[in-house]
Amino acid sequence: MLLFYVFGAAAVIASLLVIAQRNPIYSVLLLIASFGALSGLYILLEAPFVAVIQIIIYAGAIMVLFLFVVMLLNAPREETTEDVPTWAARTSRAGVARFGVALSIALGLELVWALTKHGGESGAFAGGSVASVSAIGRLLFTRYAFPFEVTSVLILIAMVGAVVLARRDPAKEGH
Amino acid sequence: MPRLGDYLVLSGLLFVIGAAGVMVRRNLITILLSIEIMLNAVNLSFVAFGRALGSADGQIIVFFVMTVAAAEAAVGLAIVIGLFRHRESLNPDSFTNLKW
Repeated sequence: MLLFYVFGAAAVIASLLVIAQRNPIYSVLLLIASFGALSGLYILLEAPFVAVIQIIIYAGAIMVLFLFVVMLLNAPREETTEDVPTWAARTSRAGVARFGVALSIALGLELVWALTKHGGESGAFAGGSVASVSAIGRLLFTRYAFPFEVTSVLILIAMVGAVVLARRDPAKEGH
Repeated sequence: MPRLGDYLVLSGLLFVIGAAGVMVRRNLITILLSIEIMLNAVNLSFVAFGRALGSADGQIIVFFVMTVAAAEAAVGLAIVIGLFRHRESLNPDSFTNLKW
């Protein structure tokens, strides 16, 4: 129970700091910390396979890709509200941000209210039934074989699409 | 022991943080990171439900969500690179034209 609160608090605080940072590099590094905490939660949920691929794929591959792009673009700091030239644009942007925060708080309160009202008394986890890596692998290649193969096609399409989108147009560059 | 409801509340909090990031921030990279936060919140609830129902299907759908997230990150970052080349900016407000 203590570990749940430690990992949960770490995940929530790191995620809050991710969206509070002006510098994208700190955001990416904090998100890796948040994923580490989530991986601990997966261990508590007796899902070691998910915990490991959370670290390897998310923290190791996807976040490194983000970090690579941030450094490649030499990403500028986000402009603050004061940098916006006209007064009208500044007030409209502040209004949009305030509306977004209000919407998020309303959604959060509603979610927490609904979940604590209906999920509180029931829902204790049944003992045993650890999904081992071999059981997951067997399921992936039997019942979920077709989605698994479709996933490989999706990755191929994403790879080709990323190359085409990020390539410099040789005709325009001239060399 | 923490119960299913505790994990669902935590997952809801993380999802709300991600949604707030998408709506409040003005940086394409931070918006993509917020989407990743939301995907992870949903993954957490999938694993918690799978644990509560005693089945491995929750973990398998997390595997698929992760591969789709990887594809989404690759294509999204390629689009961000293309946009940055045109405007030297990551602010979504500077991409309001359909064609330039």
